Amino acid sequence: MKIDVEHIARLARLGLTEQEKKLYGDQLSRILGHAEELNKLKTDNVAPTTHAIPMKNVFREDKAIPCEDTEAILRNAPAEESNMFLVPRIIE
Amino acid sequence: MTNWETIIGLEIHAQLLTESKMFCSCSTKFGAKPNTNICPVCTGQPGVLPVTNKKAIALAIKTAIILNCKIEKTSIFARKNYFYPDLPKDFQISQYELPLAVNGFIDIEVEGVKKRIGITRVHLEEDAGKLVHKGSARIMGAGESLVDYNRTGTPLMEIVTEPDIRSSLEAKVFMETLQHLLQFIGVCDAKMEEGSLRCDANISIRPEGANKFGTKTEVKNMNSFRAVAKALEAEEKRHKEVLQEGGKIIQETRFFDDIAETTIGMRSKESAHDYRYFPEPDLVPIEPEHAWIEEIKKTIVELPTKKAERFEKDFELSKADAEFLTSTPAIADFFENCAKHYSKPKIAANWIMGDLAAYLNANNLTIDKIDFSPLKLAEMLGLIDKGTISGKIAKIVLAEILKTGKNVQDIIKDLGLTQISDESEINNIIDEIINNNPKQVAEFKSGKDPVIMFLVGQVMKASKGRVKPDMAQELLRRALS
Repeated sequence: MKIDVEHIARLARLGLTEQEKKLYGDQLSRILGHAEELNKLKTDNVAPTTHAIPMKNVFREDKAIPCEDTEAILRNAPAEESNMFLVPRIIE
Repeated sequence: MTNWETIIGLEIHAQLLTESKMFCSCSTKFGAKPNTNICPVCTGQPGVLPVTNKKAIALAIKTAIILNCKIEKTSIFARKNYFYPDLPKDFQISQYELPLAVNGFIDIEVEGVKKRIGITRVHLEEDAGKLVHKGSARIMGAGESLVDYNRTGTPLMEIVTEPDIRSSLEAKVFMETLQHLLQFIGVCDAKMEEGSLRCDANISIRPEGANKFGTKTEVKNMNSFRAVAKALEAEEKRHKEVLQEGGKIIQETRFFDDIAETTIGMRSKESAHDYRYFPEPDLVPIEPEHAWIEEIKKTIVELPTKKAERFEKDFELSKADAEFLTSTPAIADFFENCAKHYSKPKIAANWIMGDLAAYLNANNLTIDKIDFSPLKLAEMLGLIDKGTISGKIAKIVLAEILKTGKNVQDIIKDLGLTQISDESEINNIIDEIINNNPKQVAEFKSGKDPVIMFLVGQVMKASKGRVKPDMAQELLRRALS
């Protein structure tokens, strides 16, 4: 199976060397090739499975509980200003 | 020259009125200090698990019911993958295949003509964070941007219409109708200016009679009903100009500039969208049980259009009055309760739409937030009919009730506002007025009859409005004859 490694890398914001493109391209091809095996099965009357476990309707009640350490989250910001995450120019 | 037909479809986002976020327990309260209503779940820290807010599902089901949608037996969440600074997880939990509800409609009325607009789907998702652009009010000229993740994860309901809308006016009326419905059933406060109700539009034009749709563009940044109308007008005009000059419309997203009232093509770094949707593995399917849907149905109040029609008929009100009185469930309830205790609904309606509405507007209040009951209004109106107070005095009484929350009778007694019906007491006032206004009295006696109204006015003033004007006039004429 042919894979557009460059396109996938761009979507994932990954910069790959020529060597890596070849390496991951081959690996992804093999993974998808393996998954293709499933196409041999007749599944016309089988509903698509979205989850592996037979559960439904797991909910929580609508109650606000504050998070104790929001500062710790903010400390992940590469740059911060006025308690906000500072990010580079968005639109060219 | 070609006659063009305009095709519009809307995509609406409504923030649901929940206390906590869609998949975590952070507060959804507006106006908190930046990045204080955030947690590991909504900021996408490794290893966290989202759990669905039951109320958000209930509110979306409620909406789906009034939009006449079919609620799907099974629906699932999906991840929509893209990179943008307001999206900390690098994916948005949304619904793609198997949305919560499909195939509904809303009836709107445009310039007296009823029209049905199809609803393609209603689904749930989470909101993104808020960006503040530095050095510019807009994203275009900004250098750097600041991100506040407080809004990230707020429950959003997406409503998508069929391409059934044929003009910018229809689009505006649709949005107004939808806003009214959402506010009425209490699922969203639906204020476009504040962003709790948002709308993007897909628009294309085609020669009248053609079967195929033209190339569409998507218009964003319409932050008011007026902006919806103006943006779509501008975009429709641009399409016509391009096509009439033999040009081609490029499928793209365009940004509405509400000052220049034009649309501008957006060149975003995020080009060629490839969202790679896949089922959200951390959230199990939603299968709303019949009993739950029935329970939600019971919480739905009589809808505004139906209520207005009933008010028109049962209370013999004009269409405009009925529409005003059904603008919110609280006003409608207030009026209806008042009408139960007072036999002249039109009079009650006038007071609600007049003095009461003016007070609410001036103080930025709503009828359910004040210490005033329909019973008090009914009581006061009864006293006018009995002649205890005049209509003019009633205005003072109402203002005082609204200010102090006191009883009608107490206010009348405290302020000494009962009407003076004792003739000798009125005659005392009249004598005083006659003595103090010899010039006018002489004029009247010489045949200038209209001067009587000046004297009546003086009596009214001296009695602080506590004398019935017709009685004042009668006794004045008697005294001067």
